[in-house]
Amino acid sequence: MSEYRGYEANSLEFLKKSQVKVGDSVKILTDITYSGIIMPRYEHSDDKHIVLKLKSGYNVGLEIAKIKKVEKIQSSEKIIDKPEKISKIEGLPKVLLLSTGGTIASKVDYRTGAVTPILTAEELNSSVPELSKIANIDTEVLLSEYSENIMPENWLEIAKKISTYSNSDYSGIIIAHGTDTMHYTSSFLSFALAGFPIPIVLVGSQRSSDRASSDAALNLIGAVKFITECKTKGVYIIMHNDENDNTVACHIGTRVRKNHTSKRGAFQTIGDNPAFIIAEEKIQKNMSKEFYKTQEFQPKINLDTKIALVKYYPGYDPKLIEHIIDNGYKGIIFEGTGLGHVGRVMYDSVKKANEKGMFLGMTSQCIDGRIRMTVYESGRDLLNLGIIPLENMLPEVALVKAMWALGNTQNIEDVKEIMLDNIASEISI
Amino acid sequence: MAEFSIDGLGVKVGLEIHQQLDTNKKLFCNCTPIDTEEYSIKFQRKLRAAKSELGEYDPAALFEKSKSKTIMYFANTESSCLVEQDEEPPHELDDDAKRTALIIASSLSSQVFSEIYPMRKTVVDGSNTTGFQRTMLISQGGSFNVDGKKIGIQSICLEEDAAKILGEEGSIKKYGLERLGIPLVEIATEPFEVKPHEIKKIALALGRILRSTKKVIRGLGSIRQDVNVSIKDGGVVIEVKGVQQLDQLEKVVEYEAKRQHGLLKISKKLQEIDCIHNNNDRKDITELFKKCSSKIIQNAIKKNQKIFGIAFRDMAGMFGYSPYEGIRLGKEVAELVRFFGIGGVFHSDELPNYGVENEDIDDLKRILEINDNDGFLILAAPEEKMEIVTDQIILRIEYIRNEGIPIDTRLATQSGETKFLRPRPGAARMYPETDIPPIIISKAELDNAIENIPKSWDDSIKDLQTKYQLNLQLSEQLFDSNYFELFESIIGKTKVSPTFVASILCSTITNLERSGLDSKLLKNKEIEKTFQFLEEGIITKESVEIIFENIMNGKSQTIEEAMKNASIETVDESELEVFCHQIVENNQEIIKNQKERAIGPLMGIAMKELRGKASGETINKLLLKNIKNKLENN
Repeated sequence: MSEYRGYEANSLEFLKKSQVKVGDSVKILTDITYSGIIMPRYEHSDDKHIVLKLKSGYNVGLEIAKIKKVEKIQSSEKIIDKPEKISKIEGLPKVLLLSTGGTIASKVDYRTGAVTPILTAEELNSSVPELSKIANIDTEVLLSEYSENIMPENWLEIAKKISTYSNSDYSGIIIAHGTDTMHYTSSFLSFALAGFPIPIVLVGSQRSSDRASSDAALNLIGAVKFITECKTKGVYIIMHNDENDNTVACHIGTRVRKNHTSKRGAFQTIGDNPAFIIAEEKIQKNMSKEFYKTQEFQPKINLDTKIALVKYYPGYDPKLIEHIIDNGYKGIIFEGTGLGHVGRVMYDSVKKANEKGMFLGMTSQCIDGRIRMTVYESGRDLLNLGIIPLENMLPEVALVKAMWALGNTQNIEDVKEIMLDNIASEISI
Repeated sequence: MAEFSIDGLGVKVGLEIHQQLDTNKKLFCNCTPIDTEEYSIKFQRKLRAAKSELGEYDPAALFEKSKSKTIMYFANTESSCLVEQDEEPPHELDDDAKRTALIIASSLSSQVFSEIYPMRKTVVDGSNTTGFQRTMLISQGGSFNVDGKKIGIQSICLEEDAAKILGEEGSIKKYGLERLGIPLVEIATEPFEVKPHEIKKIALALGRILRSTKKVIRGLGSIRQDVNVSIKDGGVVIEVKGVQQLDQLEKVVEYEAKRQHGLLKISKKLQEIDCIHNNNDRKDITELFKKCSSKIIQNAIKKNQKIFGIAFRDMAGMFGYSPYEGIRLGKEVAELVRFFGIGGVFHSDELPNYGVENEDIDDLKRILEINDNDGFLILAAPEEKMEIVTDQIILRIEYIRNEGIPIDTRLATQSGETKFLRPRPGAARMYPETDIPPIIISKAELDNAIENIPKSWDDSIKDLQTKYQLNLQLSEQLFDSNYFELFESIIGKTKVSPTFVASILCSTITNLERSGLDSKLLKNKEIEKTFQFLEEGIITKESVEIIFENIMNGKSQTIEEAMKNASIETVDESELEVFCHQIVENNQEIIKNQKERAIGPLMGIAMKELRGKASGETINKLLLKNIKNKLENN
């Protein structure tokens, strides 16, 4: 398939008729003669052009209708990467790097026609040579997905994989992950792998590693330095601290959000300083408490996805709640206004959900700050209707935690207790 | 040393013109380009070379990386946004810039691609925050005529301008972002065989075609030309960047041809000897040279740098061998070393000198086991750079020996020579810009471009002549000058004579510039205001030059300030009457002798006092009236 990648209908037929394939060196005669290599077409392109990479390196689309002749100069050569020998330095700490995909691992690959996980040990070594001087890194490709396609079942997969290394000689585990949903994954791992004996660090990048200005290298270096120097248990996200290429921030995996669509410093710890700031010369520690409540590793790798996250807004139709109830959901995390409110119009539906035995939790769309439902009468009304205020837990974290809690127990009273139990620093005091 | 003659070398020249487009907007965002050096934003980056889509590293990129610089960027929110900071993906391609590029391509009969692919051209010297320049090939082919000679067009690209370098301090490079992202059209000609003196004409003609579109920015730095030079038989295409003035072109081509031919001779001579270098031939001689009286060596040691000796077997005489004046292997090495920010390199053929004595050389020879047939280099550099620099020197010498002329990108110097800038990047520097889908050029857009092909330069000049009653010379000067748009704006707003405006803009300002003043200090706003003041009678024609002079020599910034500094005030007519009457009374002797011709000397006397305060015309009229009166009354 990759021989004609992206070509269809007319253009595909044209290539076949001209007996050339993607990767072939050709001479194409129109009014001008062009020499170059036939390149794949992107999906969604039309079927009236072929793409040629000229000797200058520029890609251009040539209209098939104007082509008089195609002459094949050379067939595409199968390029076999010479595996680069990675020299491991004895005595350095060992780090495991699991790749799940995302920007940090993506680049155009015309040879195989797929997104290649770039983070094989070899690729990593050649693109970030500094790493091999800090640690001996083993790599493993677990998934190859952009983060919007990472599903709760993938969280289970990742957690199960990591749990097999609880007795290993690794100093820590790095997970390369797409940034968009990275904090959902970090939350799940925080609960499912509570007490895991070595640091787990999720690393992503906002600029792909195929460009010179990528933030991937510094983020990775920061993660390896953190693991080898700090050895602090917990699940963290390590990304750029701001727009500068000099410090990376290490965030508590249950207290962090992506707060910008594109900036390097998009990830922020909500309501506090990042747990660590990693600069070239030193690591500054801001975190004062243990990450996990438990000292022992207590894996509970289960979840139930029948939880809805409802963002209340003026005009919200309570029928949508009815719909959630009717579809057999076991809980709702509300992202309420201010201190934790939803409008009076919602009361009947909330009452109904409570009577059905669903778990109802309240978080705030203010993102930063604590829920206090006793200040206003509406809050007190909602408390009476059975809604549990979830302290200052982030809405996404509350959602993941509720999924995990319901995966481990179906008893609603237990779920309520678990939700307010500060398991992995998700509630900051 | 042979006399150099360019004849018979088969010199071929290609021109690459980079012209900023006047869209008042960046190519991939909505920021307005404003030339400013006030910055409220500052951030720091490092760039690292990334592999091409075909899995290779670009040699130029690797080379740049080996210099490992930190880059500090300076920006403000008026002229740049997150796109320039590489903190946000590019927006859509600006339509206006696309349209202009299509018009330019059409006016050169170049074949436009109906599907255009934005590419990333790797540039890791820091001049682009992304580490690449966004560029797209718009068209290929086409031609234009210069004095009956057809000059072929190779390609036309639409691309982003780079950031402006603000300076370099140690390992930190500083750039300003206001220029980054301004749309540029790059036109490359086919290589043509040409006499050096003809090149300027061709560049000028191409510049004129661009200006005819009236969609290009004029003024310093808005058009830049690179020149590609090769010679027949062993020559390679060398790209020379940074040719600032057209006058430089001829010299650059001559120098580069001489350098290439000279290097081929050096290469041949190197092949005759068995120059071998191996790793044992480099040694740390810092201890040994602590007593050396060379200032360069002493300074380096003070700064904790290392001194290395590098032996080259059988290479005695090779570094200093000079096939043509100024062309030596020693110079090639020195340029390369300087590029890494290292000043100290001596070669065996220039020593003893510069404070390196025979005694030092003997020590060195003993340690490196150098005999009389061998050559050597002494290098003073920070320890961490030593290996890279030494490797690069050896690679370069080996390349010259085995292959001939190294394929560099070079930089034009003020004197018309060229110096090493970086290895020439290849196709591996290109990567598809995955953030922007291919751009489709519709037939309607192409038709529109063809309809909007501007008038030829000749027709434009004819138009100027008829529309503003300007003479041919002034029309040509005006059209080639940086002030054409300003001229039209002034004429549109005032009733001042077009010829007067044109001659002030084209000749007065140029003359002041030639006398060493700086025209950059004279802002368009002030020029316009001056002509407005003139029309309102606040100043006289004579004051214009005085005001401009005052601003261009830095004494004042605004016209008001200049008027005050040059004590320009207007004298009203009744005062003037009295003044002129007084002059006539005081100079009766001259009038008696010269009759009406006395106006000449009397004008001189009057203007000394009144220059800039009243119009010469009025003074002349009043003086003449008074002279006539005097003559009649006597």
